Amino acid sequence: MNSKMRTVVNEHMDAIIEKWIELMKEEKGERFFHFMPQHLVEKTSREFTALMTSNINEGESALNDERLDDFTEKVIRFGWSIKFVNKAIDNFASVVFEMLEDQEVITEQNLRIFMGVFTGWINPLRESIIEAYAVKWEQTDTLQKVALQELSASLIPVVDKVSIMPLVGTIDTERAKLIMENLLEGVVQQRAEVVLLDITGVPVVDTMVAHHIIQAADAVRLVGAKCMLVGIRPEIAQTIVALGINLSDFTTTSTLRRGMQEALSLTNREIVEVE
Amino acid sequence: MDNRSSVEIFTEWDIVAARQLGRNEAKNSGFGTVDQARITTAISELARNIYLYAGKGKIEIDRLSTDGMKGMTIIASDEGPGIPDLRKVMEDGFSTSGGLGAGMPGVKRLMDDFKVESEVGKGTIITATKWLR
Repeated sequence: MNSKMRTVVNEHMDAIIEKWIELMKEEKGERFFHFMPQHLVEKTSREFTALMTSNINEGESALNDERLDDFTEKVIRFGWSIKFVNKAIDNFASVVFEMLEDQEVITEQNLRIFMGVFTGWINPLRESIIEAYAVKWEQTDTLQKVALQELSASLIPVVDKVSIMPLVGTIDTERAKLIMENLLEGVVQQRAEVVLLDITGVPVVDTMVAHHIIQAADAVRLVGAKCMLVGIRPEIAQTIVALGINLSDFTTTSTLRRGMQEALSLTNREIVEVE
Repeated sequence: MDNRSSVEIFTEWDIVAARQLGRNEAKNSGFGTVDQARITTAISELARNIYLYAGKGKIEIDRLSTDGMKGMTIIASDEGPGIPDLRKVMEDGFSTSGGLGAGMPGVKRLMDDFKVESEVGKGTIITATKWLR
């Protein structure tokens, strides 16, 4: 039964691909088949169909992992969504089914058996493609988290005794911890007397963020330095007041520049123009 | 109602998603940057409360327009432990989690209308509205 199906499918491969591309072009919002160069569509479609038929050609469970990975990677690069890939699989299955009916391989009598054959063929494929997709996403997700970690909170020594920590982006519990650690370690290491925490790039300062900042400032005071909060935008100032957060324990300025001047005067220095 | 959008709160990152949604909605409704910051901060507080105390819940955002008045309502709902003493949580400086205790009274000050319904063991629904003027 299966061998007959295999021969017929292989014989009519070109017709199947053509029909499948036709079907895929009808999908709403799909740009790949419309805008990609013809040869690329052709090539990808062939790869897809080769992948789809690999486990009827090579027998069950012979789905080639490497080929699957290659294909998934490519498809993700083309920007196919998982929904679209799923649709592609559906369409392919129905094209093959119709073709087998036309060729009278599938008849009323053996319909039930073929249903089983189809399920056994399509489902593992779908599962492995979705699986490959999910793995890909998880990898991207982890990579981005690592990248974000690396971007997080470094203390920069700008001049003697003054260091700056620019904070950019959302502060969550994990980052807050990192900020605290880097801040304290850096202050000791760089022998900073004044630390400027720049929150220009922090989109929202809510009670949690404020709490973390206050704690960090307290800890900095304990190791013998002074912490200043700079880069407070007007709208942030207003929300801080509305929230009723008390920041009067440390110096705050609107911009990093003013903070820098303040820090220099605290350490008995100033910037002068050279004649 | 098609003027409603919502975010489920399960993880800390959902808080970011919720306030992103709030900021966009506020911007589209025509709020200025200060009010956008107020609304975003309020959502952040409410979403964090859900995450901290109830574990999971939902932030819904409604765009309002009644009698020529336009505005935005944030509905934060959860099926968490509920709030035993409503008067206490509205006091500045009261916190059961070692925080600043400024969240709830802060949200009330950030928004125009504010309502808490809570039943111990059943959950909490907080509704807060900001009007566009």
